[in-house]
Amino acid sequence: MIEIQNLTKHYGPIKAVENISFSVEKGEILGFLGPNGAGKTTTMNMITGYLPSTKGTVKVCGYDIGQDPKEVKKRIGYLPEIPPIYTDMTVNEYLSFVSDLKKVDKSIRKSQISDVMEIVKITHVQKRLVGNLSKGYRQRVGLAQALIGGPEVLVLDEPTVGLDPNQIIEIRKLIKSLGKEHTIIFSSHILQEVSAVCERVVIINKGEIVAIDTPDNLSNNMNKATRFSIKIAGPNNEVSDALKGVEGVLSVEPGTNNYEDVFEYMVDSQKDIDVRRPAFFAMAKLGYPILELKSVGMSLEDIFRKLTTKEQEAEIDINSVPVEEQEVE
Amino acid sequence: MFSIYKKEIRSYFNSPLAYVLFGMYIFIFSFFFLGLLLNPRGSSQFVMGGYLYQVGILLTFILPIITMKAFAEERKNGTEVLLMTSPVSVAGMVLGKYLAALTVFFVMTLLTLIYPIITINTGNLNVMPTVSSYIGHFLMGAVFVAYGIFTSSLTHNQIIAALLGVAGLFGIWFVDFLSGMFRGSLRSFANWISFFYRFRDFVQGILNSKDLVFFLSLIGLFLLLSMIVIEKRRWSQG
Repeated sequence: MIEIQNLTKHYGPIKAVENISFSVEKGEILGFLGPNGAGKTTTMNMITGYLPSTKGTVKVCGYDIGQDPKEVKKRIGYLPEIPPIYTDMTVNEYLSFVSDLKKVDKSIRKSQISDVMEIVKITHVQKRLVGNLSKGYRQRVGLAQALIGGPEVLVLDEPTVGLDPNQIIEIRKLIKSLGKEHTIIFSSHILQEVSAVCERVVIINKGEIVAIDTPDNLSNNMNKATRFSIKIAGPNNEVSDALKGVEGVLSVEPGTNNYEDVFEYMVDSQKDIDVRRPAFFAMAKLGYPILELKSVGMSLEDIFRKLTTKEQEAEIDINSVPVEEQEVE
Repeated sequence: MFSIYKKEIRSYFNSPLAYVLFGMYIFIFSFFFLGLLLNPRGSSQFVMGGYLYQVGILLTFILPIITMKAFAEERKNGTEVLLMTSPVSVAGMVLGKYLAALTVFFVMTLLTLIYPIITINTGNLNVMPTVSSYIGHFLMGAVFVAYGIFTSSLTHNQIIAALLGVAGLFGIWFVDFLSGMFRGSLRSFANWISFFYRFRDFVQGILNSKDLVFFLSLIGLFLLLSMIVIEKRRWSQG
């Protein structure tokens, strides 16, 4: 459906996107994940033909964006990060303009617009000015715009940014249901979102792909060890030494004090050895009761951090990366 | 192209800006016209063309305000992405926007026709020079609109687009104004570049193919430049 090969974009000396290759199957929802400034928007702009690439090809349904831009553009619905809406039009006027722009056949125009409005649930605001709608509704109008013309492929750039939690959940549901009929590429810097919605994830950092896999496989492969969190009442040093002595334990992070003499330890153990039983008996022998014991899987979040902060001089908190996305400006 | 034209026309006539400008234009137009009637100078027969020549200066301020939003606003609001990723060519975009702005100017010009019509009915009007003057007036305005579209494609700030437009057009008028002081080749260059100088032929009732080609090629040039600017930005923006 979509084939991307060696896609590269340089802005002078700045390498925004470097040699990206992946493909998306028909009917698949692909998550495009990366911190701000990783090159997500640039890549999407190249896929949709807004920006020309420095190198590499994008093929959508067999058409090359460089050679048949019109054929490709007909088949893609694009929702950019900022919904491309005209604030001085009503929802209805806006969608008929988009139909006009995308050369939708006149005979089906009306029914298509009302279908699309039904899908994204904006029928009741169709007579209102887009400029007077809330952010969540504008986002839906933007999504409606992408659906006009019945494109086979949808490219959605951070469709949930700036929405409240309820709206985010609704938009995610919407995307999931759209995935039944459309092939979707969908970018985000929020991990739960990608794992909730997508079947496959492309993680990109600094313009390069660092991983492509299903969310489940990603967390499994990264988990070379099984991790437990244990709360034990007893002196810190003595307990952690005893834990290290248990067979199969790889490492013990020093305990953090919970209250009084209770400490919480993070224990990594070999995958094939269950250390919970020996740990219990070891503690029983010393007379320090275990108050809580639970296994902690490595979340996609940890993986993402691991992948995207690898080989960086400074630790970067993904929630506060100051570098902005390579924007349209 | 037609979809963009329709959208632009709707946005022009849905916003108060067009009406405010129409009102202002007609007001100033009428004001000077009245002054002309009350204090006739020189010829006993009223020359509409000479009057349109002066109104041309007014256009250097009004037309850039009409065209300033053409591309600047699309860029600022991010709606340019929608246009660029839909199956419409850049040429179609530029032409659609140009024709829409030109239509607004055309309506403005139509409104001023009331004065020659009154003059024909109540007095003496040299019809042919008036017609040729109006053609010249419209052509000159058409160049201004094309230039305005071009300045709008340069920036995402509407004010800057308008200022660039006014500066360029008023600058040409100023060159024309000063050309009396120049001598020799400098003067002929000033006359060659000046829309206003060429306009004098039209006032005299002469439809000169040289002037026609000059105006039409300027329109073509500015529209082409707009397309190049927009295309080029796609390749270079960061």
